[in-house]
Amino acid sequence: MLDMIRKSELLDVCALEVRARKVREHILRLTATGGCFIGAAYSCADLVVYLYSRFLNVDKWSLDNASRDYLFLSKGHAVPALYGTLAECGILEADRLADHLTTRDDLYWHPNSAIPGIEFHSGSLGHMVSVAAGVALDCKMKETSNKVVVITGDGELNEGSMWEAMLVAAAYKLDNLIIIVDRNRLQANCATEDLIPLEPLEQKFLSFGHAVRTIDGHNFSDMDEVFHTVPFEPGRPNIVIADTVRGKGLADIENRADRWFCSFSPDEVEGLLKRLGENSSTHGDAIDEL
Amino acid sequence: MNYESVLKDILNEDERFVVMTAENRAALRTLPAQFDSRFIDVGIAEQTLVGMSVGLALRGRIPVVHALAAFLTMRAFEFIRTDIGISGLPVKLVGSVPGFLSEANGPTHQALEDIALMRGIPAMNIFCPADYEDMLIGLRTVLYDKAPFYIRFNALAPVVPHDRDFAVGKAEIIAEGPDATIITYGSLLREAYGAIDILEENDIDAGLINLRTVKPFDEEAVLAAAENSRFLVVLEDHFVTGGLFSAIAELFVRRHLPYRVLPIALENRWFKPALLDDVLAYEGFNAQQIAEKIMEELDA
Repeated sequence: MLDMIRKSELLDVCALEVRARKVREHILRLTATGGCFIGAAYSCADLVVYLYSRFLNVDKWSLDNASRDYLFLSKGHAVPALYGTLAECGILEADRLADHLTTRDDLYWHPNSAIPGIEFHSGSLGHMVSVAAGVALDCKMKETSNKVVVITGDGELNEGSMWEAMLVAAAYKLDNLIIIVDRNRLQANCATEDLIPLEPLEQKFLSFGHAVRTIDGHNFSDMDEVFHTVPFEPGRPNIVIADTVRGKGLADIENRADRWFCSFSPDEVEGLLKRLGENSSTHGDAIDEL
Repeated sequence: MNYESVLKDILNEDERFVVMTAENRAALRTLPAQFDSRFIDVGIAEQTLVGMSVGLALRGRIPVVHALAAFLTMRAFEFIRTDIGISGLPVKLVGSVPGFLSEANGPTHQALEDIALMRGIPAMNIFCPADYEDMLIGLRTVLYDKAPFYIRFNALAPVVPHDRDFAVGKAEIIAEGPDATIITYGSLLREAYGAIDILEENDIDAGLINLRTVKPFDEEAVLAAAENSRFLVVLEDHFVTGGLFSAIAELFVRRHLPYRVLPIALENRWFKPALLDDVLAYEGFNAQQIAEKIMEELDA
């Protein structure tokens, strides 16, 4: 019996890995039509895949259902992770991705609610914790069990509005609010700790009255273990610090400040698709030749 | 009937409404105890106030959001523009002590560009009642309107009885006159009304329009007044840049209309802080001074 459970868990992780791989392929292809923030998207791709596959109570039939769970991508520029995942979950028709950055559709560099599954537009950093707190508060007022998830960047924590909203979320005891910090330690141009140091980050959140868990943001078992214990502490908003790697999955761009946004030619994309998931030591600098 | 009782009635009759504030409770003293969870005070945090109001509106609520006009429209401007403006969600922003009503607070508290800022947001409508009665007449219509609104809160006592027939985009014509027509909004109606009295004593027949909503504004009423008066006076407690004078100038230029317009507004400066009547006299906005400016223009 125990073996069977382990097997099914293994299979499930496998399925998530397959889905995450497909999502990364979608994202890589999006770089060929004018580019996208692939580094930021790969950083949170596993998280987004996990949330839509295993955690959020939302699918293509329940997008307007008042009891659905909500996801707000506060680091809006990582939207390719959302496009790819929504396509793989059948919420967004995958062939629409071909119209990325064209006026034929609404798939641009930041999220907007014309895309099925995207709850609200974002892109200006520091907005979604307060918007999500409003949604979470309404759910509390109506005594419904919706979960409200926000994915923020770590660089985004430079914005004062993030901390303002977190104070208010704690005051209103929003334990249905889950703030995931995509902690890849890089912001637009440099390391977070070299610019405006955030550490000790966990202590900051704790001192704001939030309950904090730290996970490996690329490990599905780790995610599953933590997300299913929400609320971590009754009456406290939930913070998940997800240790991640910017560009995760494509060794050539991993953990590089200069590979936040990439624009590749279709031929380059075809070559890079073969390198997805390869070990970093083999092709570490190959992309510099592109 | 008062502001709070109108809100109470609406809260009682319609579950969608919530009242929010960034610890600005002057107009809301008795609501917190009575409405508990539907009264939401986020503390001194205007950005979060607006952001949360949008989250609540996404869930079908109609938030009535209170803060000082200067901080609401400026500290939280990008939240208003980006989260309310782009979505068009029906959030009702109530800015207190706008324009001259900040009195002795000083320039930090002076909202003299709020109309310019809110007017520049495509979805946003603007309601500037002339006084407390005018505000209560329009309040229900504005709160139930499907659009987001910025409301310049105004608790001044009325000096004229108001038309109870209120519609968004419809001005209240208080007087008509061939010599000049004053077009105004908000708290300066009192001075304008005094000014046309003084002008009448001087055998000058001036009109007066209370615009009520500045966006959309009653273009027909403005065009008719321009056609039927020697000139228009645009009177506002706002910087001359970007407010009603600009809006009317845009209308006339767009239509190639060569009407004469005298702006009476703050010319590129904050006002000297003091109690209201003192401010008005110092800045040249009391009834007598407005009348004199109009007589000078007539002589010009």
